[in-house]
This record gives sequence, structure tokens and C-alpha cells, in this order.
Amino acid sequence: MPHTESTVAMDAGYAIDVHGLNKYFGDKHVVKDLSLQVEYGQIMGFLGPNGSGKTTAIRMLCGLLTPDSGEGSCLGYDIRTQPEAIKSRIGYMTQRFSYWEDLTIRENLEFIARIYELAHRKHLVDEALEKLGLSTRSSQLARELSGGWKQRLALAACTIHSPDLLLLDEPTAGVDPSARRDFWDELHALSSRGISVLISTHYMDEAQRCHSLAYLAYGSLLAHGSAEEIIAQQHLHTLHITGAHLSTLEHTLRETDGIAQTVMYGNDLHVSSLDPLALERSVTAHLTSGQSATPIPTSLEDTFIYLMQHSEDNFDAID
Amino acid sequence: MPSTNPPHFSWTRWWAIVLKEIIQLKRDRITFGMIFGIPLMQLILFGFAINTDPKHLPTAIISDDNSAVTRSLISAMAHSEYFAIDTHYTSAEALAALRRGDVQFVLTITNNFTAKLLRGERPTILLEADATDPTATGVALSSLNGILQTVARREFHGALDYLARPPAPFDIIVHRRYNPEGITQYNIIPSLIGVLLTLTLTLMTALGITREKEHGTMENILATPTRPLEILTGKIAPYILIGLLQVSLILLAARYLFDVPIVGSLWLVYLVALLFIVVNLTVGIAISSVAQNMFQGMQMVFFYFLPNIMLSGYMFPFRGMPEWAQVVGDILPLTYFNRLIRGVMLKGTSLPDLTQNLWPLLLIGLVTLLAASKLYRQTLD
Repeated sequence: MPHTESTVAMDAGYAIDVHGLNKYFGDKHVVKDLSLQVEYGQIMGFLGPNGSGKTTAIRMLCGLLTPDSGEGSCLGYDIRTQPEAIKSRIGYMTQRFSYWEDLTIRENLEFIARIYELAHRKHLVDEALEKLGLSTRSSQLARELSGGWKQRLALAACTIHSPDLLLLDEPTAGVDPSARRDFWDELHALSSRGISVLISTHYMDEAQRCHSLAYLAYGSLLAHGSAEEIIAQQHLHTLHITGAHLSTLEHTLRETDGIAQTVMYGNDLHVSSLDPLALERSVTAHLTSGQSATPIPTSLEDTFIYLMQHSEDNFDAID
Repeated sequence: MPSTNPPHFSWTRWWAIVLKEIIQLKRDRITFGMIFGIPLMQLILFGFAINTDPKHLPTAIISDDNSAVTRSLISAMAHSEYFAIDTHYTSAEALAALRRGDVQFVLTITNNFTAKLLRGERPTILLEADATDPTATGVALSSLNGILQTVARREFHGALDYLARPPAPFDIIVHRRYNPEGITQYNIIPSLIGVLLTLTLTLMTALGITREKEHGTMENILATPTRPLEILTGKIAPYILIGLLQVSLILLAARYLFDVPIVGSLWLVYLVALLFIVVNLTVGIAISSVAQNMFQGMQMVFFYFLPNIMLSGYMFPFRGMPEWAQVVGDILPLTYFNRLIRGVMLKGTSLPDLTQNLWPLLLIGLVTLLAASKLYRQTLD
């Protein structure tokens, strides 16, 4: 596909604005016709099952991978022709901790500060350490840090040059809930200062905290918008069932026509369908004593499970 | 779209990488120990000589006496297979060729040789040998005596019968040039510099970059504005220093432990070593651009290292190797470094005489650098 000078970036002022991105690894089509817009100052959540192409998409945005076709811009710079300009204005956090474990916390930050040719390096590093609460441990090797601390160090390092856009690839994987909450507080603070964020995650509570969401499965963007919009787009109706012997009920309902999906949450069962009447009918028909069903708004998690199963079906059909 | 400044080489970024490399190296005690441990171990192990029987050693013959006897003598030498005879040199040319290492021997027969022989005056034949590699010359020298006896027995019969009886009616005077006592360490120690630089430097650069790939830290660097040239030169810069330290260590051992003389200029030794260090680092980079992980990198380094030590004239005298092996040896950096370092250290060869072995080394360096920069990926594609 010939490259054409994109004009979209000029007017709209999107932090990320890409159209029709494709990437193949061999004959595997990893990202299919991805179009994505992220507004300045927004936090966009990037969701989807493992291997859905999220990492590949992020790498194309920051110039680490060249798209096979498609075009677009990051911060107004062309992702094909101006990767250097993009790289100096973004902060990228890899899925795996990718700082130097045999350098101390301070040395890691100093290295990054030098790489971005920052003036007042010592001041910035001191400030970052202060904010991290690691001033007293600055001469500790990064290797000795726990998962949560490594992730905070990585965030501090990839924001030390005050980037305009953060690309965060599953930054909170394997991090405990309280560290994740701190992390998100920090993200919202950055976002309120006008920094745009694209963050991939598997956690629903994190998805809820994003301004907008994009759901990717098998390389295709299946849904995007705010959490409410995505839920509404799928037109699912859900009943919340409590009581005993829920797994027997779930087995029965799963095979029932008109039921889109059943999801067990510990002692609760969520049953969803596209048809509210059929849902009502099927569930009441199978309810036993002690079980009760109440309509609830479909949750984001139910929606994503639906999207994922749906795309699996489609994907199998294509195969 | 906003315009951007063209990417430039940043010394700040370059220094960031150099500094990081030094800190990491300092912290990696084992690697740091190996940098000095390997040379010491090799020095001790390779004090031994490896004996072989090289043939077809290039020999310049300057014969001012064209007689049946001298012709027979020359053809007998040629038939022995130890000597590859060339009679087209003048005396001065032959000695220059000996210094450059183009010929192994220069045999001089004076014009009144046959006349003196017939008069029974026991004339002398002067054989000058390049003894920097004693294994290469030793066997050939000892075979020469036998050859001459045979010539005497064959040529002198009838009236000349008195000349055929041993001892031979002439003397051979052997001048072992550059290494008069035929001490093998003289040959081994200078070459050891090359072997060590090849092993440690290619290994360290190859692994240094593949390690970043394996740990995922390369992805991190690539997502920053760092230029490829900054990464590559920044990562190898500390190793240039380390290479020079290794050279100094072996030179000290050579001088004070093994009493190997340094005949030529010390500056030339370091100049030659510096060039060789850079060549090895580019080889390491080329390897690291191809290798996906450290294990592959390690295997490829050994794949490169083995022919270098076997076919470069380090383990076996170059001229003792079969033709095909010499062809392979001709494209190996260590081959040229061996000749250069032996030339400077043992023969005192000066810069002009070094050029014929310097330029191939430069060429190899440029070709690998080109290959490395072609192979080096700035993306993860």
C-alpha cells in the first residue's frame, strides 16, 4: 500500500490516530485493519485475550515494528516516517520489566535521563526518587525490588522526560491490588496534567477506570468507546441468580436456545441473552426452590466474555 | 505534520551507554575475572609447543655459481618437498622478502663454490632462516643436511670419488634470523595476544548485545531516541579499553615471564593490536545481530573462533597446512594479526613492511562492519 501524507492528524488533534494498520508475522495475520483514535489527555484501555495483537499494535505505535500496511500518527508525527520524533515524546513500558537489574535504582533513572538528553539530570532523578519514595533505597539494585516496586520504578523511568503520551503494555500484570491502586492514582494524576495514555490490561476494575476502551481479539478491533457504550453496543440483557445448586442450573441454561452466555461468579450466576423475553422465560422455567433471579445491568466483564466467545466463534468459522 | 530535526549522533546518549556498560561490567565479577583469568590460563597452557612437519617452505636461492653440482643441489632440495625454490631474487630482494615473511629461507651460494669444492677447500653455503616460528623451520633445516649428503654421493664418483665420502665436502652455515635459539615461546606468546583478543572480545560483544535482547532491555532502548550507531559504538567502547589492557598484560608476561624480546616499536605493537581489537568487536556485533539469544551467540563465537586458532598459523605453521586450509586462513583476521605481531615483536618490522598484512585486516574489518550494520535491526521486525 503506498504511503500517503495523512491529513487527519492536523485537524483533529488526536494523541493517537491510526487507520487500517496491518501486521503479519510470516503468514500469521496478527493485527487486522486496526483503526484507533485516542484523544489528548485521555486514558484508553486496551483489552483483549492473550495473543490478540495488543502488544504488536502498541509496538507499531511507538516505531518498534513497521506496519505492513496502514498509516497514522502519534502526537502528530507519522508512525512510518517520523519514529524518532515519536520516540522522544512518548514513554513506553514493556510487558516485562525491561530496566537493568544489575544497575541500581538511581543508575537506571540516570541512564534514562541521559538517553533523553535531559538538562538538570540530577535534579530530575532526585525528584523522581522522592516521588517514588525510594530516596533512601536509591543505591539498591533493581533486581532486589519486588514486582510492585519494579513496576513503579518503570513508570518513574518512562515518565522522567515528561512524555506527552504513555504506551503501557500490561504494566500491572502480577502486581498486588494496593500497588495497582497506587499505580492508577498516578496515571490519573498524569492524565489530569494532559498526558494521554494507552494501557493494555486484563483487569476489569482497571478497564472501569479508563476514559475509553478498545477491545481487540484475534487481531481485530471488536468494540471501542466508553465502558457504557461498549456494554450498550452488545444489547445484552442479564439476570443475576443466587441460591443453591447453581452449577446444575448453569449447565442446563448453557444448552438452552436463546441464552447467549452463562458466567459463574462464586455464589452468583450471571445469565445473559440478546432477547430479554426469552431470557426471562428460560430462566424461570429452570429455577428451583431457593434460587432467585433479578435483572441487573450487564457488567463490563460479562460483555467482554461475550465479545471474546463471539470472536472465537467467528474465528473458528473463518478457519 | 510537524517537521523534525534529522536524527543526530548524541554524545550524551553515547556516554549513557558507555557508562552503563562499565557499571554492569564492574558489577559482573565473574566476567571481570575472566577478562584477566583467561589470558593467564592460556599463557600457562600454551607454553608448550605443537610440532608439525610443514613442507614447501618458500626458499629464495641466490646462486652465483651455475655448475652441475649446484644445479643438482638445487634440484635435490626441490625434490625433497620441504622447499619451494625460487631463483629469481637478487640478494637484497631475498633478504627483504625474508623480513616480510614472503620466504622462509634464503640460500646463498657464492660464485667460486664449485672451484673451491673441487680443490677440496670445503666451501660454505649460507642458509638464512626465518626462525620466528621454529616449528616451521626446524624439520626443514634438519632435512637439509641429509639432502646435501645425498647430492655429494650421487655427483662425486670416479675421479671425484674422494669428495663423496663423508663428511660432506662443504659446510652449511645456518643463520637463524629473528629467533636464533629457536625458542617456541617467542612464536607462541605474541600470537597468544591475537587468540585471546579473538576469544574474549568477540564473546563479550556478541553476548553483551544478545543479553540485552534476551532480557528485553533492548526493546526498552529501541523505544527511546537512541541511534543504532550510539548503541553499537557505546557498547563496544569499554571493550576497546579492556582489549588494550589484555594486550598489556600479555606483553608484560612476555617480557618478564618468558623473556620474549620486543624488537620493534611498542607503539606499532599497540597500533596493530588496536586495529585487531576493533575488527574483533565488529565481528562480535555482526554475530549479535544474527543470534537470537545468548546461547546461539556463544555457539557462533566458537564457530568463528575455531578456524581462527587452527588455520591462522597459530596452532600449526601456516605453510604446513594444506592448500584449502591456507585459502580459508587467508580470510581470517587472526592470520594477518599473527604475521603482524610476530613481525613487529620479533623482527622489528617497520610500518611500510607491515602494510601487506595490514590492509587485508582493515578490509576484513570494513566488510564485517558493513555486514553488521546491515544485519543490525533498529526495530523488532
